Amino acid sequence: MEIIVCVKHVPETAEAEIAIDSSGKGIKTEDLVFDINEWDDYAVEEAVLIKEKLGGRVTIVTVGSEDADKTLRKCLAKGADRAIRLTDKAFDGSDAYATAKILYGVIKDLPFDLILTGTQAGDDGYAQVGVILAGFLGIPHATMVKKIELMEGFTRVNRELEGGLEQVMEVGTPALLAVQTGINEPRYVSIMGIRKARQKELKVLGLNDLGLKEEEVGESGSWITVEEMFIPPVEKEAEILVGGLDAISSKIVETLRARGLI
Amino acid sequence: MTELFVLAEHRRGELRDVTFEMLTKGRELIARADVDLTAVLLGHNVKELAIRLADQVKKVLVVDDARLKDFNEVAYQKVLTHLISERKPVLILIGHTSFGIDLAPSLATKLNVPLATDCIDINFEEKKPIVVRQVYGGKVNIKASLRTSESYIVTLRPATIEAKEVKPIGGEIIEVASPLKEEPTTKRFIEYFEPPAGEVDITAADVLVSVGRGIKDADSMPIVEKLAEALGGAVACSRPIVDKGWLSADRQVGTSGKTVKPKLYLAVGISGAFQHVSGMKNSELVIAINRDAKAPIFRAADFGVVEDLFKVVPILTDRVLQEKKSSK
Ligand SMILES: Cc1cc2nc3c(=O)[nH]c(=O)nc-3n(C[C@H](O)[C@H](O)[C@H](O)COP(=O)(O)OP(=O)(O)OC[C@H]3O[C@@H](n4cnc5c(N)ncnc54)[C@H](O)[C@@H]3O)c2cc1C
Repeated sequence: MEIIVCVKHVPETAEAEIAIDSSGKGIKTEDLVFDINEWDDYAVEEAVLIKEKLGGRVTIVTVGSEDADKTLRKCLAKGADRAIRLTDKAFDGSDAYATAKILYGVIKDLPFDLILTGTQAGDDGYAQVGVILAGFLGIPHATMVKKIELMEGFTRVNRELEGGLEQVMEVGTPALLAVQTGINEPRYVSIMGIRKARQKELKVLGLNDLGLKEEEVGESGSWITVEEMFIPPVEKEAEILVGGLDAISSKIVETLRARGLI
Repeated sequence: MTELFVLAEHRRGELRDVTFEMLTKGRELIARADVDLTAVLLGHNVKELAIRLADQVKKVLVVDDARLKDFNEVAYQKVLTHLISERKPVLILIGHTSFGIDLAPSLATKLNVPLATDCIDINFEEKKPIVVRQVYGGKVNIKASLRTSESYIVTLRPATIEAKEVKPIGGEIIEVASPLKEEPTTKRFIEYFEPPAGEVDITAADVLVSVGRGIKDADSMPIVEKLAEALGGAVACSRPIVDKGWLSADRQVGTSGKTVKPKLYLAVGISGAFQHVSGMKNSELVIAINRDAKAPIFRAADFGVVEDLFKVVPILTDRVLQEKKSSK
């Protein structure tokens, strides 16, 4: 089995203070911690599980800066065999469409039986790259995948629908599957493991290596352009309870009693 | 006259709410432009759905084909590619749902039409769509423009625009012959799978203590369980708790879990991603505990506590127990 996994190195923002940068179109990233995109972590795990069962090779591909090596090394430590980082100044400002073109630039020449991606990235949340890439490659896809069974010539997958319902589909292989969180339990890797994985191959390619033209990528090659970033207007805001833990607890208890909830 | 397409979404014989949300947005958009609003319905034996849609929109295009009965992106994409190439609508609205996520990028790539996904608003400025999207888990928004084109595809986030129904207008239903020639072979719908129901029905509980990733560790779960018990309620959760296997899937609140409307929803260590909020926003009273004052959950809550949950929850539990004892 030749499996390719596309991953993204993203800032963790759930608990972080977010500030808009001087361009007004992005966030300040200096103080943020970056890691593998949550959904991609499940994709990597799934690829490694399949390899452990059936043998083969797992190749990780990312579009990003040198910082993304942290994520690539982590994937290698988890059991992937080699990594490719696609880096070029010209890639800056790429949306999902342009990113898919960059990925296509390298993947079109690689052997594969299966391509895995996450359903979406936690930063910009487009949920498009995988499906567009599948379109370029002319292979079928399935998104929001919660279960994968590989058969001869096809794969049977469960796609997550709303409200807990799932849809079982059969998709011809080679296929691209965009996985949903919860499909498996991503393994943890130790610092030692990551250090050991340094021996594994990590290749860096740029615009020219991929046979792409500058105008095909970056902002000029994108479908959408960010015009402005802003803090969402507050329509409704909770009344923040203050005064220390005891006072806060008492206020909550009072509120609940007033409503007959205690 | 050019058209604005709204792709009707339906499952198991029922139109999904997002359809009416998109029609509401569509109506608003065409009021300011010389464009017709058209609902597009693909399915099999969908006459009743077509009539329901025609109540709300002047024109309904229907393609009836057995191969369109259950959602299959390959079949849907082929039919829509045909319809869009023929009629050249200026805008195609699709729901940012499991259906839209599978379909819209494939359609856009096939037609080479620019696509913006998961939008919470859309407007036309100088004939070009300008969309608003949430990024970084809802902490910031972006305004974005799409590359100039004859047509555009935009997917709208469900449960964001309030659906407004108009008085039945008895619109026209136009049947279009299915352009599908053969059975899609690369992708086949097999069946629906409904995970078995668990022992607790969180939709029936008056009080829910809902726990999120802020709890950090499976070993810490008892602190929320104790609070739920003190309040006579049940424990619910956000998705990562189910993904990690700390609670069963039937405890999950949100788009891919349950929709709940308890008298009290106490969110503990939950950031308030829209997929979570759409499952709990109609709760009667929402109290959120989160140490990040900027967490989006505070926009969905009546009362907020900006504190470490490990400090607040045990004290609150004690106070509730005291209160119950003294009022006995
Ligand atoms: C297609 C799709 C469907 C989805 N469906 C659902 C769904 O049905 N339900 C759902 O919930 N999610 C769903 N999600 C996931 C959703 O996007 C979020 O990732 C998820 O809701 C985040 O869960 P969380 O708030 O628990 O975790 P996080 O976003 O990581 O937030 C944790 C919060 O805990 C706070 N915190 C941390 N430590 C403490 C502490 N000591 N004291 C107090 N606060 C603390 C942090 O400040 C943070 O705000 C879906 C996603 C996709 C793509």
